Amino acid sequence: MDWQGQKVAEQLMQIMLLAFAVVGFLTGYVLESFQMMILVYAGGVFLTTLVTVPNWPFFNRHPLKWLDPSEAEKHPKPQRQQAVNSKKKSSKK
Amino acid sequence: MHTVGYRMNAVLTLGVTILALICAMASLADNLNLPSPSAHVQVLNINWFQKQPNGNDEVSLTLNVSADLQSMFTWNTKQVFVFLAAEYETPQNALNQVSLWDSILPSKEHAKFLIHTTNKYRFTDQESNLRGKEFNLTLHWHVMPKTGKMFADKIVMTGYNLPQEYR
Repeated sequence: MDWQGQKVAEQLMQIMLLAFAVVGFLTGYVLESFQMMILVYAGGVFLTTLVTVPNWPFFNRHPLKWLDPSEAEKHPKPQRQQAVNSKKKSSKK
Repeated sequence: MHTVGYRMNAVLTLGVTILALICAMASLADNLNLPSPSAHVQVLNINWFQKQPNGNDEVSLTLNVSADLQSMFTWNTKQVFVFLAAEYETPQNALNQVSLWDSILPSKEHAKFLIHTTNKYRFTDQESNLRGKEFNLTLHWHVMPKTGKMFADKIVMTGYNLPQEYR
């Protein structure tokens, strides 16, 4: 799952759970049945799990584009040790 | 959210939190219900009235208990427990309560009833104070919800008297 997919999965999970809670509560209250509320909400949790937990292809539409290796060689990493040495020297002076 | 395990954990955590929330809301919604219960008790007969060998008064009554507690039931009600208590005052205690009869109402259909019964539990005083005693019959009830807060209330019915003499 890519970064964009993770964001979508989390938001989808929160929205779906909240929506099913609201629908379940209203259904239960109107039908005067506590069992109905629990059933609707349980179904909602199951559906949310099914939609957001498996790594569906839908969540992998924005793959990360890594730099080409040749591009990376043109911009070498700064050498750490040199930097530390120069700092120490400067502080002694 | 990068692995199946983390997403499963997130769904369950939020799912259970919201479940607790809607259960709390169901309990709060019970406050919107304004019940109008009614009860009526008739003492048909004093079967016998005697002093036990240990000096305590005991009386046996035949009662007609009728009540309508249907308005207590909401969608969040598991059951209602009702009991009928005789309440009276003695020189030693300002309030004596003796449970005479009780019942569990499992559903709204059972909440409107008319029962003809003798006292289910013994009506015994701790001393011999019952001769000529005026007492109240009080119908107490406890509403037990599926989730959340329990409610209790009562109806007091006054003006019952025991006879002056044992019989």
